[in-house]
Amino acid sequence: MLAARRSTGIKCDNCDKQATVHVTEIHDGQKVEKHLCEDCAATEGITIKADVPISQLLEDFILQTASSQGGDEELACEVCGLTFSEFRERGVLGCPNDYNAFGERLELLMSRAQQGATEHVGKVPRHSGGDQKRLNAVLRLRAQLRGAIAAEDYERAADLRDQIKEVEEG
Amino acid sequence: MMKLGDLAQRAGEWLRGTGPMHDVVISTRIRLARNLADMPFLSRCSVKQQEDLELRLRRKILDAGIAEEMLYVDIANADDMDRKLLVERHLISRQHADADHPRGVAVSSDETVAIMVNEEDHLRIQALRSGLELSEAFTQINRVDDLLEDRLAYAFDSHYGYLTACPTNVGTGLRISVMLHLPALKMTGEIEKAFRAARDMRLAIRGLYGEGTEATGDFFQLSNQTTLGKSEEQFGEDFRALVPKFIQYERQARQSLMTRRAIAVEDKVVRALALLRSARLISSEETMYLLSLVRLGTHVGLVGDVQIETINELFLATQPSHLQRILGRDLSGPLRAEARAEYIRRRLHTS
Repeated sequence: MLAARRSTGIKCDNCDKQATVHVTEIHDGQKVEKHLCEDCAATEGITIKADVPISQLLEDFILQTASSQGGDEELACEVCGLTFSEFRERGVLGCPNDYNAFGERLELLMSRAQQGATEHVGKVPRHSGGDQKRLNAVLRLRAQLRGAIAAEDYERAADLRDQIKEVEEG
Repeated sequence: MMKLGDLAQRAGEWLRGTGPMHDVVISTRIRLARNLADMPFLSRCSVKQQEDLELRLRRKILDAGIAEEMLYVDIANADDMDRKLLVERHLISRQHADADHPRGVAVSSDETVAIMVNEEDHLRIQALRSGLELSEAFTQINRVDDLLEDRLAYAFDSHYGYLTACPTNVGTGLRISVMLHLPALKMTGEIEKAFRAARDMRLAIRGLYGEGTEATGDFFQLSNQTTLGKSEEQFGEDFRALVPKFIQYERQARQSLMTRRAIAVEDKVVRALALLRSARLISSEETMYLLSLVRLGTHVGLVGDVQIETINELFLATQPSHLQRILGRDLSGPLRAEARAEYIRRRLHTS
């Protein structure tokens, strides 16, 4: 394969959907052009369905909130001044405080982008750490405990319970 | 002091192509997105703030003792070819090269660490390894992250973790990317099997992008889609579980090709090598396509007289900016195709 480009306007060679992937292949020095839809291109191994881009998530989100909330009261960050609609347009936040300022509306979007996750259980900076480190260790162990119970690994579950107790009392 | 021009003369760490499992795994890359707690995210900074940030981060990075020798490139004032050279070496993103605000990149002399300053986030720390070396890359990036955190206050929230400009990076700020060469799975049409395995693990897989925005052939990048809700180690575990499967699938496909369609494969490989050895004009896309076949050929024993290192080096050296730097000349498109063909012929006859 030589090159795959993406654009719009032509029908897929294999089905009736719109072709979004355009491939130029070289077979023994001859150029062969293919126009495929996302599904057929993925089936042929030319492209892989990309994860849903943030713009798409935002679009879905706007539709969802427009219908469920009706009104359009504007949220704005008191630190950097970014409004929620500006964030919708650009897809990037203005400052760390936006995560608090946009609250639930952002969390809803984030949990979709993050496959349901809403809480950090990873690394904690050494200097701003302290109690947070302990809290995260507990959160992480609890997640592992849920996994152990789901897998009916009770020996490991008991071990994890002890560890949680130890950290919590630590 | 290390200079940017020195980079073009040698194969980068990530493309030396001799790391563990290098018959299938080209490279392992890990990046962490980090922002300072006391500054707006980049898009909300004034130009003055962006300038101050760039200077402050540059100084902190160079003082942190990250590597014996660090090269810092002021991207905003670098010439166009140097920017493209850094993109071709995967040390900076295309967006970082094309932006027009104050920004930079710090690169360790062995190119295993590259830190982008003022990309989408204030800091994008990257660890790069050839072959499959997750543990080593993790250890290194953690060390670099700790060294920087000793000197900088990161934006961190007890609930959301490391705060990033785009909510798709929040939490760990972690992106693991493993680059794979899967020519046999492509040829046997079994590539979907690998894609399904990735989807089941909720990992993203996409074609490696070449000079333009075009996917080039048989190279695929496997990366995590989410950054929140799991620890860095747990994200790493997903790759430790999945990558060996990809290696196994690809090796099986190579074996089955060599038992069932040996002549057809040999024909493709030998033709590819002959084309590379005789072409007078060649584009970088066609070069990639042909080198991929020859790379497969060296691993299944069909190419005896070309070293795998030479092939890996050619992938990089034939990219537009590298070619021009190596030859020490500015070459327009058609002249470049001629110079590229000549360079390839020279490398493949003498090695």
